[in-house]
Amino acid sequence: MTALFNMLIFPGFLFLAVFGLFGEYIDRKLYARLQNRVGPPWFQPLADLIKLAAKEDIVPEEANPSMFKAMPIFALTATVTASFYIPLWKTGALFSFNGDLIVTLYLLTIPTLTYFLGGWYSTSLYSKIGAIRSLTQLFAYEVPLLMVILAPALLANTWSLSEMALFYSIHPWYWLFNIIGFIISIIALLGKLEKVPFDIPEAETEIVAGTFTEYSGRLLALFRFSIDIEAIVGSALIAAVYLPFGLGLGGAAGFAIFVLKIVFIISILALSRTLFARLRIDQMVEFCWKYVSPFAFLQILINLILKGVLAR
Amino acid sequence: MRKVVIPIGPQHPALKEPESFSVTLSGERIMAFSARLGYNHRGIEKACEERTYVQDVYLIERICGICSHAHSTCFVQAVEEIAGLAVPERAQYIRTIIAELERIHSHLLWLGIAGHEVGFDTLLMYTWRDREVVMDVLAALTGNRVNYGINTIGGVRRNISPDQAKDILKAVDTLEERTKYYMKVATEERTLIERLAGVGTLSHEDAVNLGAVGPTARASGIDRDTRRDDPYAAYGKLSFKVITDNHNDVYGRTLVRCGELMESYNIIRQAIREMPDGPLAVKAPRRIPAGEAFSRYEAPRGEDVHYVKANGTEKPERVKVRAPTLANLQTVEKMLEDGQLADLPIVIAAIDPCFSCTDRSIVVREARKRSRNILKWEDLRSYSVEWYRNNRGLDFSKLNRKMAGRLL
Amino acid sequence: MIRPGAMIRQVLASIFKKPATISYPFVKTEMPDNFRGKIKFNPQLCIGCKICMRDCPSNAITITKVGEGLFNCEINLAKCIYCAQCVDSCPKKALEATKEFELAVLDVKKLKVVYGYEAEPAKDTEGNPE
Repeated sequence: MTALFNMLIFPGFLFLAVFGLFGEYIDRKLYARLQNRVGPPWFQPLADLIKLAAKEDIVPEEANPSMFKAMPIFALTATVTASFYIPLWKTGALFSFNGDLIVTLYLLTIPTLTYFLGGWYSTSLYSKIGAIRSLTQLFAYEVPLLMVILAPALLANTWSLSEMALFYSIHPWYWLFNIIGFIISIIALLGKLEKVPFDIPEAETEIVAGTFTEYSGRLLALFRFSIDIEAIVGSALIAAVYLPFGLGLGGAAGFAIFVLKIVFIISILALSRTLFARLRIDQMVEFCWKYVSPFAFLQILINLILKGVLAR
Repeated sequence: MRKVVIPIGPQHPALKEPESFSVTLSGERIMAFSARLGYNHRGIEKACEERTYVQDVYLIERICGICSHAHSTCFVQAVEEIAGLAVPERAQYIRTIIAELERIHSHLLWLGIAGHEVGFDTLLMYTWRDREVVMDVLAALTGNRVNYGINTIGGVRRNISPDQAKDILKAVDTLEERTKYYMKVATEERTLIERLAGVGTLSHEDAVNLGAVGPTARASGIDRDTRRDDPYAAYGKLSFKVITDNHNDVYGRTLVRCGELMESYNIIRQAIREMPDGPLAVKAPRRIPAGEAFSRYEAPRGEDVHYVKANGTEKPERVKVRAPTLANLQTVEKMLEDGQLADLPIVIAAIDPCFSCTDRSIVVREARKRSRNILKWEDLRSYSVEWYRNNRGLDFSKLNRKMAGRLL
Repeated sequence: MIRPGAMIRQVLASIFKKPATISYPFVKTEMPDNFRGKIKFNPQLCIGCKICMRDCPSNAITITKVGEGLFNCEINLAKCIYCAQCVDSCPKKALEATKEFELAVLDVKKLKVVYGYEAEPAKDTEGNPE
């Protein structure tokens, strides 16, 4: 019974939903203020969701209806499930076992696959181009992301996120060794969430809306909802791996620190949206393989050496 | 990879005005590109023939919102040449000041659009915020933010008081600082340079052969500017530089436009300082004597050309407008050779397209018959009735007969 | 020096500045003095020459005679392009441009604005009111 409560209400689906909408509000308000504008009021993300849900779903004639309609549901389910293994404000996640790090990363890859499949099965030209671009982008940022999430796990000598959090809360100063990984993980998260400068699969001025061109109504609402939650879950993952402070305090103080960490990471994402222009897909792949991956590799090397040094 | 043909337009987020391009892609590479014009054709040249010269000034002004003073001044200059009117000097200086203010507003708008096309919305928001300074100055001077209506045949309608001149100078000072900042950003921001440099190259020979005008041509090293080569208004008495660049690509066009912004500030300061006192307009006759004139003007997008033919009555016999974008559109195909799909929006935006200015009368040419078919009004109507009957199953012939009796 | 994020100083400083957007319609702005908004007509000065009607680019203004030396003016706000050519053409300065620009209405009949005198009541042949 408590498991059901945990999964659906807190800290499961309902909590993530509210927090996701709050995250989108922070992102859009900060984006607007950085551009010297006013920005939307606090209820804007909820209002957008309700408006979209109230509109008609139009399924294109040549699309495959069952795949077309199933993709948003898969995206939402995958992101919510991924949050169950991440330690949010305690050192223990809802469920944990050795190896849940890999499962979480795999679950977070599924939304990108659903963007590809949704765009492909839409059979519209713009959606196909967007779908292919999102797969190409996957090949560029996924490898560095995997490497930098595994690097601190190497130091902690475990494949479980909860045990990793426990290890770092015992040795809090080890987070300094992982600074390079932190920066790389932010860049890779920008690619996963498809935010500028890696906005390419959904480039508004080039291919209308990319993967989401043919989606409308409730299906689009589910897709946007899953992107909001993915932002929160991705930030929570980075916070759990790289910012292991305050995990020992329980209760309200721990919760407040968790909220602060997520807001901090979302602020960095909003800042990068304002500062950079969109890159082309070939420039992005080149950038990730030439500069980002070597640094990720460097981080793994540093952690391997440190593991040997500290074990003595 | 298999080739795919995708349509860009007529409705597309990259285009501010409707135009139909069809692009053949293989993966992300552009293999072929073709354009179809005509979505903005409003029959303005025909409408000019049915209105008096005074009414035509306002109609011509509304060809385009951004280049409105350009078209209005060009037309009025042509009519004044036919009528042999000597426009007073103060009016020439006021026309020049408004022209340069319009150039500033247009180039700031372009900077924002260029930022938006590459996904750099911050540049869009900042440049358009600064553009409000110019719009407020123009509203105080002329009474409206676009479509200034300051020209009349024989001179200008409103004066610039010393207080307004001080406001203009203050605004120009603010804008000069901001423009220097944008030039710094354009030359230092890494992601922007990655998107703009090396994209949309047009060599010097191609630019000359295809007839490019304006900043598009000047960024390929062509040193041509109507303000210096064929001076009109007060430009003959002011000294300014013509900005050219040798980059041959979108980055060069950005630098040329930023340079022109700085030159505009100089021109405005000179003009306000040297503006003589005097009358604002000479009285123009209602009936313009027979004659024809050809007038040129350096609009923010390039060389704008008007031809007016008068026949002694109150209404012109023929007005022809050739907007700069029509000349620059031919170059887009050349620029997109070996390009990528992601470069398409910024390359089209780099010629600063203003399709409202471009669509004028079209000459239909049958390739096999080698003849030129100019359709008259009645032929056009019966052709369209036939087309709709054959292709859409709709019959407009009764409506056509009813309207034919009313209009002719 | 070419670097990514060249605008960061200005962008961060913008958080502390007031937003550049005006919260219209809760905050109204005043138009400048020369603004060409709705056109107003002074019936006392009109002499019925109808030059304004001849010069209007969109035939938005109509002058009708309602009595000896008395004229009404009807302006169609939908057709008017607010160029103020009628204001300049009038030899007696009977027309002037105001600063009003919020002219949207829900009823299209309200867009034809009439200025002037009420039409004189009809009289029979002997000059007595009917």
